[in-house]
Amino acid sequence: MASFNEILSQVKRQVREVSVEDTRARVHGAGGEPPPVLVDIRERDEYEQGFIGKAEWIPRGFLELKIEDLVPDRNREVILYCAGGTRSALAARSLQELGYERVSSMAGGFRAWKQAGHAFDRPRNLSAEQVKRYSRHIMLPEVGEVGQGKLLDAKVLCLGAGGLGSPSSLYLAAAGVGTIGMVDDDLVDESNLQRQILHNMERLGLPKVESARKTLQALNPDVKVIAHQTRLTSENVLDIIGGYDLIVDGADNFPTRYLLNDAALKLGKPVVHASIFRFEGQLTTFLPHEGPCYRCLYPDPPPPGMAPSCQEAGVLGVLPGIVGTLQANEALKIILGVGQTLSGRLLVFDALGTKWRTLKLRKDPECRVCSKKPEEIELIDYEAFCSIAG
Amino acid sequence: MPNVRIPTPLRKYTQGREEVTIDGETVGSVLDGLEQSYPGIKERICDEAGKVRRFVNVFVGEDDIRFLDNLATAVKASDEISIVPAIAGG
Repeated sequence: MASFNEILSQVKRQVREVSVEDTRARVHGAGGEPPPVLVDIRERDEYEQGFIGKAEWIPRGFLELKIEDLVPDRNREVILYCAGGTRSALAARSLQELGYERVSSMAGGFRAWKQAGHAFDRPRNLSAEQVKRYSRHIMLPEVGEVGQGKLLDAKVLCLGAGGLGSPSSLYLAAAGVGTIGMVDDDLVDESNLQRQILHNMERLGLPKVESARKTLQALNPDVKVIAHQTRLTSENVLDIIGGYDLIVDGADNFPTRYLLNDAALKLGKPVVHASIFRFEGQLTTFLPHEGPCYRCLYPDPPPPGMAPSCQEAGVLGVLPGIVGTLQANEALKIILGVGQTLSGRLLVFDALGTKWRTLKLRKDPECRVCSKKPEEIELIDYEAFCSIAG
Repeated sequence: MPNVRIPTPLRKYTQGREEVTIDGETVGSVLDGLEQSYPGIKERICDEAGKVRRFVNVFVGEDDIRFLDNLATAVKASDEISIVPAIAGG
């Protein structure tokens, strides 16, 4: 019977090995083709000590089970690494047997990478409770522990703790978004409870942002909720939104929406936009300078006489639930860097017909705000003429 | 005849109808026809000079007419025209 060393030498003759330097150059996209998929196959305790930034993590014991989810294309180049290059060589042979034609093992493993002085990341260490709480996220290759770490590190501002802000902030909190800011100057009123599921009868008269803080923290103690009990103005908007990675716009009035758009462009913050009226919802994502902005869509707010009047307002209670939940979906994708955002697409939902339409949005090269340099954008406080309670 | 999708805020002009059929060869002529059938509605879409207001968008299919030929954009009988005004509720 062959000894382990004999088998290893045989395996090493059969699999391709790449050097640390070659791996580094290829993973960073040198050369025209798509970079190889780099997979760290070490055990959890090793991985937690540090890993190569672009690597995906599948412990050796799960490699054959999970590789097809991560790399469906068997012609895609895959580089495996372990601590010293032995386990990755054995694993490379297993992947060859599974039909992966361009798989190699990084010679010397993570030890050699570190010795060469190359940068590496450390995962955010999830506690045992967090591993349990977020297990359904961690199972998804698109999220995993790294993605869950991104969510825990993310800072999202929900503008409005009302109809849209309720479902979006609840799902963001449940997902483990580590910092959630809530902006609202209003108090909880009985007429809110038909749709604003953050609040309840015991919170009547309480500031909405305080009620939101209680609800979100009761749902997930990992979440730090920052209450901004104020209305956005040109004076405070940059300070408030400056501390967040992205903004979920569930405001209930035009002046705030235009002010937010202009301020977010000035600071380069993505905005997940939604608005509702009666049975209709609109939803899109504005990525600063990459895609269209709110003013490319609607250059100026309607004058008071032209906006739907307060008496006409009213909204089906579940509508903000449907639309606000999609805002949370957009926000999570942006944080995780997965999927395709709604940038350049406006979703219009008609609750009566249960119909969705997707309309194309384009960046207006002559847009009076996003065509300007950020430092030239001036903030405008439009006169508040009607707060359309959503 | 092209179908015109009426947004919720303008349905009071169309007796609550969410979709109406209006004859016309361009978006402009369809909007004129809409006004004849449902007086008062065009003023909510176009300004005094006849241009589409800056807080309203008109789409033919999925394309914004501002990036086509504006009101002169040709429409076929099978087209769907959507009027999409800014709404602010939250």
